Amino acid sequence: MSENRPKKKESVTDRRKFILNMARGVGLATMGGFIWSAYVDEVTASSLLLRPPGAIDEKDFLRTCIKCGLCVEACPYDTLLLAKPGDHKPLGTPYFVPREVPCYMCPDIPCVPVCPTGALDEASVTTDGKLDINSADMGLAVVDEESCIAFWGIQCDACYRACPILGEAITIEYQKNERTGKHAFMKPIVHSDACTGCGLCEKACVTEKPAIHILPREVAMGRAGDYYIKGWDKEDEKRLKNAHEIKTTTELSKQKAADKLNGDLLEGLYE
Amino acid sequence: MKTLWNNYRYLILRRVTQIGLLILYFGANAWGWKILQGNLSSSIILETIPMSDPYAALQMLAAGAVLATDLLVGVGVVLAFYMLFGGRAFCSWVCPINMVTDSANYLREKLGINKIKGIKQPASRKMRYWVLGLSLVISAIMGVTAFEFISPISMVHRGIVFGLGFGWAAILVIFLFDLFVLKNGWCGHICPLGGFYSLIGKFSFIRVHHIEENCTLCMKCKKVCPENHVLHMIGKESLPVLSGECTNCARCIEVCDDDALGFHIKNLVNNKNLGE
Repeated sequence: MSENRPKKKESVTDRRKFILNMARGVGLATMGGFIWSAYVDEVTASSLLLRPPGAIDEKDFLRTCIKCGLCVEACPYDTLLLAKPGDHKPLGTPYFVPREVPCYMCPDIPCVPVCPTGALDEASVTTDGKLDINSADMGLAVVDEESCIAFWGIQCDACYRACPILGEAITIEYQKNERTGKHAFMKPIVHSDACTGCGLCEKACVTEKPAIHILPREVAMGRAGDYYIKGWDKEDEKRLKNAHEIKTTTELSKQKAADKLNGDLLEGLYE
Repeated sequence: MKTLWNNYRYLILRRVTQIGLLILYFGANAWGWKILQGNLSSSIILETIPMSDPYAALQMLAAGAVLATDLLVGVGVVLAFYMLFGGRAFCSWVCPINMVTDSANYLREKLGINKIKGIKQPASRKMRYWVLGLSLVISAIMGVTAFEFISPISMVHRGIVFGLGFGWAAILVIFLFDLFVLKNGWCGHICPLGGFYSLIGKFSFIRVHHIEENCTLCMKCKKVCPENHVLHMIGKESLPVLSGECTNCARCIEVCDDDALGFHIKNLVNNKNLGE
């Protein structure tokens, strides 16, 4: 019995060693995996980020952009930057800050065709087979009416003049200034169908912190949803064509409201 | 002077290659040179030949991205080069982190940290394959290229070309880790890109060959090698170094005073004769 002992112990140790090593590997991988995933989740969460023209949807962009910086090198105005550690943006991906350097909307869009992965999609900035920077959707200009001095009644049309799609992306709305009785407000109004989000308006804005600034479209725009239709708009009414009624019945809505009120609900009350 | 060249010729060539590539990439962004644009993730030579990091492409695939034609061509170019010729040469001839870990290793030797009694290498060199696998799993689950968002290699390389930010911290972390925690820690144990090229470069034709008859068993080669398990045949058999983990850094060739090591084209017939 005692002679067998060391031998037996050794064989158990070997097996044990193997199992323990496997367990160690799996354990470490799980631990590392969670830390790694948590980190990746954090660093990719930044949503207030303006991408180069032609950038695909942010979620797809993050998995498709290879972070090579060819778009950054192609940009003649040094508008585009690659996120560095410390910028608090998804690492290595291209972005721009319009107040510093806006996108000057080159007609030949040099940053897009150089993209090797299609994260910047040429087709999305092409109209009738030609590159068309006016069809870019980098973001949307948003006016803060509280700090915009034009809304105060002071004459300023810096953003309107700076806009490369003059008179389409930003228009000036005239309105009587009741305070003075003889002046007009000249309010800048942004139109989302024409605005590309280039940021020239934000760059041009005269206020200390820009009263007009670019936000990613996903952030800047709301969505009315399917419930509301512009009944006066023939195009919008077409959405009703394939609509079908969905009826939900609850305990209260089994009967019509009037019937319910006239019915047993009040029964016994006036007896 | 001649012995200096003889003892460091590959090291000098490697540094010239590594720094030269960095200068070309840097010049492309800073002064608009068209020789080599982009960075190690994806680049283009003379505005015609694309190159893309195949490991990054693999993560993109795992993350569910659609791979564009340009990217696939670039991946093909890089894969063909390393599979046929380079082996794992990326690690010792191109990667900028190599200079960081080499200097950590040099200092570690100089300070005598390796000679501290009882110092252990607690980690397995297989770890890099686990990290490689893990990166693909995380890429698939999170839908982003997992390693590309933490890779100190691209962080440093991008940093040098496009601006470093806090990227210096990544360099320092790796330097300190290799110096104080684990010998050859990053490049020899953890880096999944190194692991990837180990797998890819396994069958490349250019290999270090050992000629046993010339060997005097001084073991300088084993001492200098950052992956010294690949030199298991030293003083035993005349064999080529067939492990994919050899980075073709050629330090072993330089330190050998007896012509017992050298680069040769792998001859498949010979290998068979040698019992491989």
